[in-house]
Amino acid sequence: MGDVAIRTSGLGKSYELGLSRRGYGTLRESVVETAKGSLGRLAGRRGERAAGDTLWALRDLSLTVERGEVVGLIGHNGAGKSTLLKVLSRIVEPTEGWADVTGRTGSLLEVGTGFHPELTGRENIFLNGAILGMRRSEIRRRFDEIVAFAEIERFLDTPVKRYSSGMSVRLAFAVAAHLEPEILLVDEVLAVGDAAFQRKSLGKMSEVAEAGRTVVFVSHNLAILQALCERGVLLERGEAVTDAPVGEAIDSYLRTLERAAGGDLLERTDRDSRGYDESLVRRVEIRDREGGLADTVVAGRSATIVVEVTEALPMMECRLAIHNSLGHPVATLDSEVSAPGDVRDPELGPRIECEVDALPLLPGRYRIDVLLKGKRQIQDGLQAAAFFDVEPGVLAARPTPISGADGDVVLPHRWRLP
Amino acid sequence: MSTKTAVEPVATNAAAEAPVPETIRLEPTSGFGRVLSPHELWRYRDLAFQIAARDVTVRYRQTALGAAWAILQPIGFMIVFSLFFGRVAGVSSDGLPYALFSLAALVPWTYFANVLLLGSESLVANSSLVAKIYFPRIFMPAGVLAAGLLDLGISLVILFAIVLIYGLVPSVAVLMLPVLVLIMLAAALGVTAGLSAVNVRYRDVRYVIPFAIQMWLFATPVAYPSSLIGEPWRTLSAINPMVGVVEGFRWATLGTADAPWELIGVSAVAALVFLLAGLTYFDRVERSFADHI
Repeated sequence: MGDVAIRTSGLGKSYELGLSRRGYGTLRESVVETAKGSLGRLAGRRGERAAGDTLWALRDLSLTVERGEVVGLIGHNGAGKSTLLKVLSRIVEPTEGWADVTGRTGSLLEVGTGFHPELTGRENIFLNGAILGMRRSEIRRRFDEIVAFAEIERFLDTPVKRYSSGMSVRLAFAVAAHLEPEILLVDEVLAVGDAAFQRKSLGKMSEVAEAGRTVVFVSHNLAILQALCERGVLLERGEAVTDAPVGEAIDSYLRTLERAAGGDLLERTDRDSRGYDESLVRRVEIRDREGGLADTVVAGRSATIVVEVTEALPMMECRLAIHNSLGHPVATLDSEVSAPGDVRDPELGPRIECEVDALPLLPGRYRIDVLLKGKRQIQDGLQAAAFFDVEPGVLAARPTPISGADGDVVLPHRWRLP
Repeated sequence: MSTKTAVEPVATNAAAEAPVPETIRLEPTSGFGRVLSPHELWRYRDLAFQIAARDVTVRYRQTALGAAWAILQPIGFMIVFSLFFGRVAGVSSDGLPYALFSLAALVPWTYFANVLLLGSESLVANSSLVAKIYFPRIFMPAGVLAAGLLDLGISLVILFAIVLIYGLVPSVAVLMLPVLVLIMLAAALGVTAGLSAVNVRYRDVRYVIPFAIQMWLFATPVAYPSSLIGEPWRTLSAINPMVGVVEGFRWATLGTADAPWELIGVSAVAALVFLLAGLTYFDRVERSFADHI
């Protein structure tokens, strides 16, 4: 039939690790490292990332995407989702295997790539459009639509450096949204702009999907994936482990998250790539302060989230993000936003504690993402570092609704009824 | 990023609603034959144009003097050279007014030096594009060359104005200018493509370039005439492509009697070698730019 948009076979991409974290070095560095590496090998030293170590970001991936399918890629950090998009959009070349891509491809790996602050909105529309692969004539044809979508009519001839950040994001997305490729590769770009604009963008995305275009979509937001995609592919360590209807793929992703949280966190490799790794998250646990099982909390009772780390660093800060079972963010607890009740206790040892009074969550399963900072640097980050269950309880003298309630939080409240 | 375009060709009437889709096979490639795929270069022509236009617009918008820089730089050098080499050191200028003699050489030289400086940084300076978007990477250094042509054009006009003020009339040799410019472009593209590619891997390039440009200036008969060098060294020195270009520019714009054919010939061949070597290296490493940038 030939109605295949993307077909890959045994696709793999490896990176050489070693040298500096940043991926480039100076001549001196590479000479020194090569010498060190071979000395180390002579001395039989192993374990440390020596120059020449390979990391397979993508391995033996065989995948067929029919024309008109909307496929979501799911997986941890470093599972290979972005690498796959980069290979498919020709930014990096595969190390092995092949991929056949049929049709004009547009990739949206970042909003506003190539925006230049000195150029006006009008000039940037043409530049960015060309960067995204649009013909000049095509941009001209859709110019008014783009401007209207971005809501920047009045600032068309103002340099983008004078735009508010919201405006430039809107403009960037507007250009991207009017791209008309047969295959659209999108990486987590909906997480921009204000809520109203996000809704608009989401609407545009589903329009694109419904128009019969092929879309490959990466997002951590499972609710958006569920809404947009029919099919989900779960990647783990560069391999496709599940390829199923999106609901099933999300379920199996959530199961892998739980399995990962169950084990020793130090063994996990899907850590935040920005981390300096001087201190790592060893364990995350939530405890009901009034007793009970670990990782089970009763709604309305006070709880403590304990983050055990490998080392206590100066200026340590911690950010916890609580997500519901669909991966939707529910709350963020950030020690950098300090309050009078916060305490720095040198006696505490390599651990951070966060106390929540009267936990205002509805019964259900939640996960905690951790971002650890120290010495004013990001040290480590882990998604789904722990899971916990909230049991029905009593908040502000009112029982939490057991089922049928919308949302994730309970607000302490009082009624006045006639 | 290989581009074995298989089966169906692209429909030329792309404006139609359903052009015949084209299948692109992505697979590991080795060896050469990527940068120079005319099909790819043509397909991304709009992007090439937009990038060159951006470079020109941004530079003219950010600088107070804008287009004036195109000519201030060579004129500044001309004044300094005239004072020190012409007056103080008494360097020969083949019987021409020293100011003109040096300016005719400084016009191409300034273009070449600026292109080298900006072009070798072009991939690194646009790292966000290289890491997030596919396009033939050669557009980055080539775009710098293209954007610089505007400056070259402006400074050529000024050069001719000054030549006329001095009462000289260019001969038909002026028709050779496009050929000389082509030789210079070939050499410049080869060198900048090669250096910009090395720069992605080893940022040392950034520190080497300004120094190398100074050395190259002294190795090129800009401040002195190549007639100071005895044969056969004079002809041999033209393996530096800028020797033929610079002496050719003097001959073509100032109407000096003897055409330096042997210099131009040697330099043309050398420029071609530079071009091939630079593009070959670029081609070899292009596929790994996104991994290293």
